[in-house]
Amino acid sequence: MTRAAPDGEALYATLRDAIAAHVANHRSLRLVGIHSGGAWIAARLQRDLGLEGDAGLLDISFYRDDFNRIGLHGQVKPTEIDFTVAGAEILLVDDVLYTGRTLRGALNVLFDFGRPARVDLAVLIDRQTPDGDARELPIAARWAGARLVLDRASEFVLSEKDGRFDVAIAASIRTGA
Amino acid sequence: MFNPQLDNAGRLRHLLSIDGLPRALILHILDTAAGFAGLVDPRREVKKLPLLRGRTVFNLFFENSTRTRTTFEIAAARLSADVINLNVSVSSTNKGESLLDTIDNLSAMHADIFVVRHAQSGAPYLIAKHLDRTPGSNIHVVNAGDGRHAHPTQGLLDAYTIRHYKKDFTQIRVAIVGDVLHSRVARSAIHALTTLGVPEVRVIGPRTLLPTGLEQMGVSVFTDMKKGLAGVDVVMMLRLQNERMNGALLPSAGEYFKSYGLTAEKLALAAPDAIVMHPGPMNRGVEIESSVADGSQSVILPQVTFGIAVRMAVMSILAGS
Amino acid sequence: MRVAIRNARVIDPASRLDAPRDLFIGAGRIVAISAPGDDRAATDFNANRTIDARGLVVCPGLVDLSVRLREPGSEHRATLESEIDAALAGGVTSLVCPPDTDPPLDEPGLVEMLKHRARTMSRSHVHPLGALTMGLGGVALTEMSELHEAGCIGFSQANVPIADTQVVLRALQYAQTFGFSVWWRPQDAYLGRGGVAASGPVAARLGLPSVPATNETVALHTIFELMRSFGREGARSVAPHVHLCRISSAAGLDLIRAAKAEGLPLTCDVGIHHVHLIDLDIGYFDAQCRLDPPLRSQRDRAAIRAALVDGTIDAVCSDHTPVDDDAKLLPFGEAEAGASGVELLLPLVVKWAEEAEVSLVDALAHVTHRAAGIVAGATASIPTGRLDVGGAADLCLFAPDERWTVVPERLRSQGKNSPFLGLEMKGRVRMTLVGGSVVHEVRD
Repeated sequence: MTRAAPDGEALYATLRDAIAAHVANHRSLRLVGIHSGGAWIAARLQRDLGLEGDAGLLDISFYRDDFNRIGLHGQVKPTEIDFTVAGAEILLVDDVLYTGRTLRGALNVLFDFGRPARVDLAVLIDRQTPDGDARELPIAARWAGARLVLDRASEFVLSEKDGRFDVAIAASIRTGA
Repeated sequence: MFNPQLDNAGRLRHLLSIDGLPRALILHILDTAAGFAGLVDPRREVKKLPLLRGRTVFNLFFENSTRTRTTFEIAAARLSADVINLNVSVSSTNKGESLLDTIDNLSAMHADIFVVRHAQSGAPYLIAKHLDRTPGSNIHVVNAGDGRHAHPTQGLLDAYTIRHYKKDFTQIRVAIVGDVLHSRVARSAIHALTTLGVPEVRVIGPRTLLPTGLEQMGVSVFTDMKKGLAGVDVVMMLRLQNERMNGALLPSAGEYFKSYGLTAEKLALAAPDAIVMHPGPMNRGVEIESSVADGSQSVILPQVTFGIAVRMAVMSILAGS
Repeated sequence: MRVAIRNARVIDPASRLDAPRDLFIGAGRIVAISAPGDDRAATDFNANRTIDARGLVVCPGLVDLSVRLREPGSEHRATLESEIDAALAGGVTSLVCPPDTDPPLDEPGLVEMLKHRARTMSRSHVHPLGALTMGLGGVALTEMSELHEAGCIGFSQANVPIADTQVVLRALQYAQTFGFSVWWRPQDAYLGRGGVAASGPVAARLGLPSVPATNETVALHTIFELMRSFGREGARSVAPHVHLCRISSAAGLDLIRAAKAEGLPLTCDVGIHHVHLIDLDIGYFDAQCRLDPPLRSQRDRAAIRAALVDGTIDAVCSDHTPVDDDAKLLPFGEAEAGASGVELLLPLVVKWAEEAEVSLVDALAHVTHRAAGIVAGATASIPTGRLDVGGAADLCLFAPDERWTVVPERLRSQGKNSPFLGLEMKGRVRMTLVGGSVVHEVRD
């Protein structure tokens, strides 16, 4: 089932506006982006919402649940969290929420740093499949740029060029995670 | 061409020697190790990763070593693996059990990784070959040092250290100084550096401590340390074992230090930003002067930290294949 | 028993014969070798058994200058029988066994027992070498005269060096007194002691303690100089015959070539494995390539091949050394040295001949009459390694082009330790005759 790719910039603007009020009311909130797409989005949100410092970055390579099947997956990027996680209010940022496994890994990383006071999730695309069964774990996004339906044979690919986001639809290379 | 370390898909199945590892694989191990370097972040409460949770690592040390065994233990523990230490040197082999019988008994206890140190060159190859022939066995062998032949994790951590400080392998000169004849550290370092494209690897030592046929490993040989150190960017000092001194190989520690010990004066002949490395433990005043060992150019302590990350990388890559 | 062998390709290196012939055997001896196709002569002969040797080579039974029978020492494993079986399966009808048995062959009683046991099997001729020193310890000389009487054809230290040169000289002098041969493996007692591989890039890379070529050359210089010292004592004094065993280096061969030219009474042999394999074949620490002397470099192998052709090397032997599987399933440096090779001697000679473009007539000389010439002594049944009318009918019949794979089940020897396991050989012994009796036959 093909569809036209969504407008990345439009999605970003919607997301930014959706969380702006909450961020303004919770000055101690910390943004943490999940590599790679979430990291780009978190960095831009950090600037656009006038937050001090840098957004945290998180790599889940060592926390994936499919290590026993496929081993270490690709390039490991740095995890940089320059605040104390214990007791913090954290907003995790990612590009696409699909099965929820990436988010579970991200939560595990955070908890190895310390016990946060609360963790919320903001995503550019909250993805569902035609059969309504996209989520494989009970995970939900509190804010999303859009809720979109896409068949299992395809996937959304976020890219960043000259500071602008672009979303493409490509054939899925998933190994079934 | 058959390579006992790789499986049919070219993935690492055992780590036995750097000799025979493709360059891309060595770089992959170094890159993976870099990913683990951030684990000692003071902000982390749990300085562990769950990667090898539920896996078991057996440390089989047929030759004693507290240092190396401990670093493997720490590396495995940081990956959440269970570690069992078997000092085989004092138990079964003394009762006359053959090496392979010991291995069979241990494989029946279902481990994922055997970390093996042995006094005989080639022992880990024999073990790996035997395990590969045993039906149902999926045990990976990591060579923690076999006789004079290889110490691949040391070679990898030495390469990692050099990359950390010097960035580009293809622009540097490296000198390895000391008892190369008996050194598995030297051999592994030579393989790593030549494979990674270091244009000039120099080996410096007295004639009695240099094996014949060394040039064929791709190194230039020096017996004059002053000439050998000229302009090098990395100085790797080797440990001189006590048994070698006062014998037919070397007359005394004092004489060795005079010609082959690294003093501040000799270090000055190297490049001004040259780094000083040593696999440890050091014999201060024999192969290296304290002022150099503790000086600003020494990276000996960071080597130890990098060693843990490299061993974590090796075990993760093996366990995931 | 009268045996007729017809339509054979008869190769007799001693007479440089390589031609189609019929061969007739009676009362254990060769009665006639005649042009083929003479059917009337054949009928007249009235053979009990006629062998159709179409496609086969018939040559003198091989003479192997070093075959370890592991007896005394391993009687409980019935190895004497299996090893002699193996020799016969390899077409070897006369063999010399080194004295490094357990206990070493330093007492006449042990030698007599060995010869008796071998004789009762009445098959391959076994010629023991006596120990040069008691217990091979390099200190006290053995009773060489008594040992000779018991059947020893020479005296040797096997692979055990003697550090004390005074003892070496005395041993030479004593042997010379009686006209005995000394079989000498040139090996310095100290250079390369503890080494398990040849010095060079392979040992350097594999981190194996190494044996330099000087281990061999220094010992050669020593033995030659000791031999020369005999001549200096007076015109009548001449060194004993020294047979140099298992030469491995190019430098060693150069010394031997010069010493022979000088006129010293020398012969020498190489192990067949060193004609084919080099240090690189150790590969990933393959203990099957743990040999003594160690496998040397490509240059050394080339020198060995050249020396075979120019006559510096007189004979090739298998240096057959059966080793238990357990003793090879050890790290390289701990594994027992040696290869099981008596059954591979013939195909490996054939392989060398093909690679070096040497005729079979010339190649087989090294395992027939030239080897036999080194086995000296006055006792009976010393092999000639020749096909002579009137001579003993010790024969080897082999299919020169037949290919077979070396697998443990195929080997008769108790030792399955061969670097050639799993590899294909060309040349297969189909029948062996000793004294006119068929002692080995392949039926398939």
